[in-house]
Amino acid sequence: MAVAVADVSHVYHGRDGAEVRALDGLWLHAAPGELVAVVGPSGCGKSTLLELICKLQTPDAGTLRCAPAVLMAQRDLLLPWLSAVDNAALALRIAGKPRAEARACAAALFAELGLDGFQRARPHELSGGMRQRVAFARTLLSGKPLLCLDEPFGALDAITRGEMQDWLASTLARDPRTVVLVTHDVEEAILLGDRVAVLSHRPGHVVAELQVQLARPRARTDPDVLALREQALGALGAGGRR
Amino acid sequence: MSGRPGARFARARRAVPAVVLAGALLAAWELYADFSGVQEDLLPAPHAVASSLWSNGALVWHNFTVTAEQVVLGLGLALASGFALAIAMHLFPLVRRAVYPLAVGSQAVPIPVIGVLLVFWWGFGIFPKLVVIALICFFPVVVATVDGLAAVDPEQPKLLRTLDASRWQAFRFAELPAALPAALSGARIALAVGVIGAFIAETSTPSTAAYAGLGREIITDAGGFQTPRAYAATAVLVAFAVACFYALALAERMLIPWNVHTRGEKR
Repeated sequence: MAVAVADVSHVYHGRDGAEVRALDGLWLHAAPGELVAVVGPSGCGKSTLLELICKLQTPDAGTLRCAPAVLMAQRDLLLPWLSAVDNAALALRIAGKPRAEARACAAALFAELGLDGFQRARPHELSGGMRQRVAFARTLLSGKPLLCLDEPFGALDAITRGEMQDWLASTLARDPRTVVLVTHDVEEAILLGDRVAVLSHRPGHVVAELQVQLARPRARTDPDVLALREQALGALGAGGRR
Repeated sequence: MSGRPGARFARARRAVPAVVLAGALLAAWELYADFSGVQEDLLPAPHAVASSLWSNGALVWHNFTVTAEQVVLGLGLALASGFALAIAMHLFPLVRRAVYPLAVGSQAVPIPVIGVLLVFWWGFGIFPKLVVIALICFFPVVVATVDGLAAVDPEQPKLLRTLDASRWQAFRFAELPAALPAALSGARIALAVGVIGAFIAETSTPSTAAYAGLGREIITDAGGFQTPRAYAATAVLVAFAVACFYALALAERMLIPWNVHTRGEKR
C-alpha cells in the first residue's frame, strides 16, 4: 500500500482553547499507481488529511503508513524571483544538485508538459493554467512516489480547468504515480480518479467509496460518468446530514 | 532596455515635475530674498549661495568628500549590522524578544550624550562617526527586514518541507528573497536619514579640525556670519542625499527585478 490511513482522528486547538475535531475515524488506502480522489463539503478536513499524509502534522489517534509524499496546493506557490524552469527545479536544488544540472532536468520535462518556450519566463508572465503546470512539474521532479494534490485546479476558470484535467490525466498516464487528489468537484473526482472517497461533514470520515472502472479518456457527458456523479452526490448529501 | 533612446527620453520626462517644482521654489526664494528686505546673514538669496559655492568650491568639495565617505561607510555599517540583526531576530525568537526593546530604545538616545564616550573609545578618527551614523540608520533596516522575513506566504514553508528543505534552505530559497523588497525599503529610509546622521555625527563628536566635513563647516559658518557658505554646503548635502536615494532605486531594479515588474503591472 502506498497509503494506509487507519482510524485516524485529528483535533485542532483554537486560540480560545476551543477544540475543532477535523477528522474522526477516517480510513483510506491507495495502492501504488492508484489515483484516489477525495471529495467532501468544504471544511470537512480534506486539507488536514493531506497534511497528515505529508507528515506536516501527526494524528491525535490512529495510524498512518504512507510513502514519501509531496504536497501541491491550490495556489501554485511559485517563487516570483525564480524563472519557470528554476521553480520547477526547486526540489532538485534542495536535494543538492548543481544549478545547471537541475535546470537541464526541469527543461527536459517542459516540452512534455506543454511548457516549451517558457523556461525563462517569470511566474507573473504566465497564465494561471501554465503556472499550475509549472507547479506540477515541481511536484513531479521531487521524485516522490506519492503526490498529494489539494484542489490543484480550484483557482482556475472552468475552461482552463477542463483542459488541465485532461492534461493531468495524460501526464499521469505517461508517468504513473500514486495520487491523492482532494477536490470539492465531484465531476473532477470521477473524471480523474480510479476510486472516489466521499467524506462527511466535519469531523470528516469516509461515508462512501466508489470504484470508477471506466476507460480513459473519460468524457463529462458519458452516461456512466453521469451515473457515478449522481451516486457520489447522493452519498455527499447523505453524509451531510448528521 | 535602458539603451533605447525612447526609454531614456521617457525617463527624462519623468524628472520634469521635480525640476519644475524645484525651479519654482528657487525662484520664489530668490524673489523673497531680493525684495523682502531680509538680511543676507539671515537668508541669503540663491544667487548668493551659488556664487559662494563657486568661490569656495575647493573647501566645500574637500568637506564633501569627508562627509560622503562617512555617509557611505556609515550606511554600509548600518545595513550590514541591520540585516544581520534582523536575520538573527527572525531565526531565533529569543534574540528577537531580547533585542527588540533595546533597539527601539537606542533610537531615543541623544547622540551628544554618548559622542564623547565614543571618541574616548575609538579616538578622533572616522570610526566613532561611523558608529553614530550606523546607530541612527540601522533601526529602519532592522524593522523593515524583520517584517519582510515574517511576511512570507504561510503555505510556502509547508511546501518546502514536503520537498525536504532544511530550515536553512527554506530561509535561503524562500524567506530571504521574499524579504529583499522590504529590506531595501528600509535601506531607502536609512539612506534618507543617513546624511543628517552624518551631520549629527560630525557635530556631536569632538574633532580636532574645525573644518572636517560639511556638518562642521555648516555649524562654523552659520555661527561666523558666513551664512551663504553654510547654505552652499547645505545645498551640497541635499543634492548628495537625493543622488544616493536614486542610486539605490537603480540598484533595486537590478537586485529585485521581479518586484519592479509586479509594481509596473499595477500602474
